[in-house]
Amino acid sequence: MFGNLTLSAIPCDDPIIMGAVAGSILLALAIVALITWLGKWSYLWNEWLTSLDHKRIGVMYLILALVMLLRGLSDAVMMRAQQALAVGSSQGFLPPWHFDQVFSAHGTIMIVFMAMPFIAGLMNIVIPQQIGARDVAFPFLNSLSLWLTVAGALLVMVSLGIGEFSQAGWSGYSPLTEKLYSPGTGVDYWAWAFQIAGIASLLSAINFFVTILRMRAPGMNLMRMPLFTWAVLFTTVLMICSFPVLTVALALLSLDRYLGMHFFSNTAGGNMMAYVNLFWMWGHPEVYIVVLPSFGIFSEVVATFSGKRLFGYKSLVYATGAITILSFGVWLHHFFTMGASPDVNAFFGLTTMVIAVPTGVKIFNWLFTMYRGRVRLTVPMYWTLGFISSFTAGGAAGVLMGEPPADYVIHNSLFLVAHFHTMLITGTLFGLIAGYSYWFPKMTGFRLNELWGKRAFFFWLIGFYLAFGPLYLLGLMGMPRRMWHYSNPAWHPWLLVAAGGTALIVIGTFLLLVQLFVSIRERETALDPTGDPYDGRTLEWATSSPPPIYNFAEIPVVSDIDAFMDLKEKGVAYSRPAQYHDIEIPKNSGAGFLIGVLTFLLGFALIWYIWWLAASSALAILLLVIGRSFNDDIHRIITAPEVERIENERFEKLEAARCGRLAGTNLSFGLGERSKT
Amino acid sequence: MTNSASTLDHASAEKPGEQMLTNQMFGFWIYLMSDLVLFSAIFGTFAVLCHNYAGGPTGRELFHLPYVLLETMLLLSSSATCGLAMTAMRDGKKTLVIVGLALTFALGLGFLSLELSEFHRMVLEGAGPGRSAFLSAFFTLVGTHGLHVGFGLLWMAVAIVQVGSKGLSAPVQSRLMRLSMFWHFLDIVWIGVFTTVYLLGVL
Repeated sequence: MFGNLTLSAIPCDDPIIMGAVAGSILLALAIVALITWLGKWSYLWNEWLTSLDHKRIGVMYLILALVMLLRGLSDAVMMRAQQALAVGSSQGFLPPWHFDQVFSAHGTIMIVFMAMPFIAGLMNIVIPQQIGARDVAFPFLNSLSLWLTVAGALLVMVSLGIGEFSQAGWSGYSPLTEKLYSPGTGVDYWAWAFQIAGIASLLSAINFFVTILRMRAPGMNLMRMPLFTWAVLFTTVLMICSFPVLTVALALLSLDRYLGMHFFSNTAGGNMMAYVNLFWMWGHPEVYIVVLPSFGIFSEVVATFSGKRLFGYKSLVYATGAITILSFGVWLHHFFTMGASPDVNAFFGLTTMVIAVPTGVKIFNWLFTMYRGRVRLTVPMYWTLGFISSFTAGGAAGVLMGEPPADYVIHNSLFLVAHFHTMLITGTLFGLIAGYSYWFPKMTGFRLNELWGKRAFFFWLIGFYLAFGPLYLLGLMGMPRRMWHYSNPAWHPWLLVAAGGTALIVIGTFLLLVQLFVSIRERETALDPTGDPYDGRTLEWATSSPPPIYNFAEIPVVSDIDAFMDLKEKGVAYSRPAQYHDIEIPKNSGAGFLIGVLTFLLGFALIWYIWWLAASSALAILLLVIGRSFNDDIHRIITAPEVERIENERFEKLEAARCGRLAGTNLSFGLGERSKT
Repeated sequence: MTNSASTLDHASAEKPGEQMLTNQMFGFWIYLMSDLVLFSAIFGTFAVLCHNYAGGPTGRELFHLPYVLLETMLLLSSSATCGLAMTAMRDGKKTLVIVGLALTFALGLGFLSLELSEFHRMVLEGAGPGRSAFLSAFFTLVGTHGLHVGFGLLWMAVAIVQVGSKGLSAPVQSRLMRLSMFWHFLDIVWIGVFTTVYLLGVL
């Protein structure tokens, strides 16, 4: 009945795990109780869970990313604490198998369930507005992608209390991940969670690729697209070309594990290097998949808060394109030491150094945009400035590792860990937090608290340097990564510093939550009545904050880069259309949510060999998809008078803001048309 | 927000229904390309493992080319009947569409049955997917194509029901176009399978 699942799968004897499980369950119960107490279940279902509105879906992605950030961060804290303690005769507080699960979960969560949903969230909220569209190309697919990602994340969370997680690292190298060496359910949890999230990402990528290429406002040709849109377009290209390879790598591994095949085993002709190649053929483009959107965010932030057009728009577009192409030719640098010939290594070493060039171009683009600009040091700018300096240093370390002879010395050491955390924290995460702060008023209608944001930034930045600076040194001192215990006392002081840095990062994260809390409590003082709180340059600032479900009552016509700035300078940014039209928007659908639930059940059943459940949930998914295909009545109309009513309210608010009658508008920078034109 | 002269420029934006159908065609092309990447990765893996027999049977011992030729002919002719169904759709001949799809379905089912019985025979001969890396790659590559054909058949059955119940409405026609793209795509992949797996395996 329950396959391999028995009560012994719950690690009742481990106080750390049980504490985490109890905490998670209590939190979930508290949320359920709160929703019930507020009587918000139908609101939640009708307005959020079944919503096909890209802005709502985006916010739900962000919530997922935030939850998983906290989970991944607590894994990081455990690792740093263990390494601060486990020297010489001390064993620390984690047994080795648990430590291995923690670092595997940390990597998987931070890349697949934190960075990716964060990016998907911002893409969802911003892209359709930035290109002057009313929604994405496939709203239902969008909701499906969200719920599949949630299903994957839920599998990772469930592995905490039922069974175990993989102990084979986030990259899951074979043959360690083969059944022979990892007989438990950990690798299966990792593989299915990863697989489901990967498919969700691929669907999302196709959706946004089509959205950007087909749904732009009239006049917005490719070379007038905002840079975030450009970055996401290239990101989706990377995803479409690389995610299927991940699907194959994980599927073949699962075939080895479930059906006794021999793709990556070390018997019967299997080739374990085939796995490593397949994984990094996805994995290296993935590095750029998580960093390019952030580059796009930095480009938007720098241009807006420097008060001028981005320096070298075209060069930045071409640099992004060059990175996109080159990123498919560098994957082997992840395993220079694993048996390739010197010629092959030389080729991949060279491509690795070449790909640093377009990235360097971008750094100059941002610097020259600020140069002689009217720079406003807002919170998103803080994160951007923190990024530029740290990322350049981390990139230099990457070029160093890109030399195969040097890599032979420092590969698999903490130097590598320090390098890629520099890239991913300052490159990806700082960018995403900058984007979150930047577009927060667009999502909610009020701005985030600046003071708490700056405090959070400084704790993050200083904490980051303290946590990862020592790791560069430790790597050069010869300390390998992923050590549960070590006996060299010379490493200990540096690991204590790193643990201290991690504590500062934890405080920084806590302060981000404080910022969110304070901003919600004091939202009346930071309202954004105009929808354009920063004197923005791109079309997402042309809508109200938060925008109506259809975004634009009338699709704007674009005639320049920085379309909204152009409209403002021409004095037509806020003109009312002669008449309003009916607007067709997608009807809500619960099918995406249900398929997500069923996919979670399917994954869980496959992990525990509960075949009846696997078969019935797969069948139910199939029936839901077929049922959905029979439904041609998937749109509803917002009538012209209704649109007019919503728009009139907006214009009243705008008028009030212009007269300064509303509280908290004193910090709004660009109200209405610019008077000088 | 804009002057009224622009209304003509974005006439397409006023008809989301039509735009949705074109978007779906374009999106489906992109999906097919990503599926092609998926097949490439499996082809690549097969190329790496295709001589790792581990003392087990080789392709030359296992494959019967005339049998595979028959499979191939079934699939290729199913593409022809699928094309006929599409022509009938363009002419608005509902019954002919259903006949064409039913023929395609029958030929596709024939292909799939032959493939499955080949798999069955090989497993009985002790040449199952767990025997060697070569056989793992063989079953996975051919099986992934077969799985796609299976989903195509399911889709076709649903399409026949929809043509019957809804007639040749715009959304149904759009779905039929995509189904036919999918079906031809599987044909092209099969040409690759036939060449790399069977021909190169035997010759």
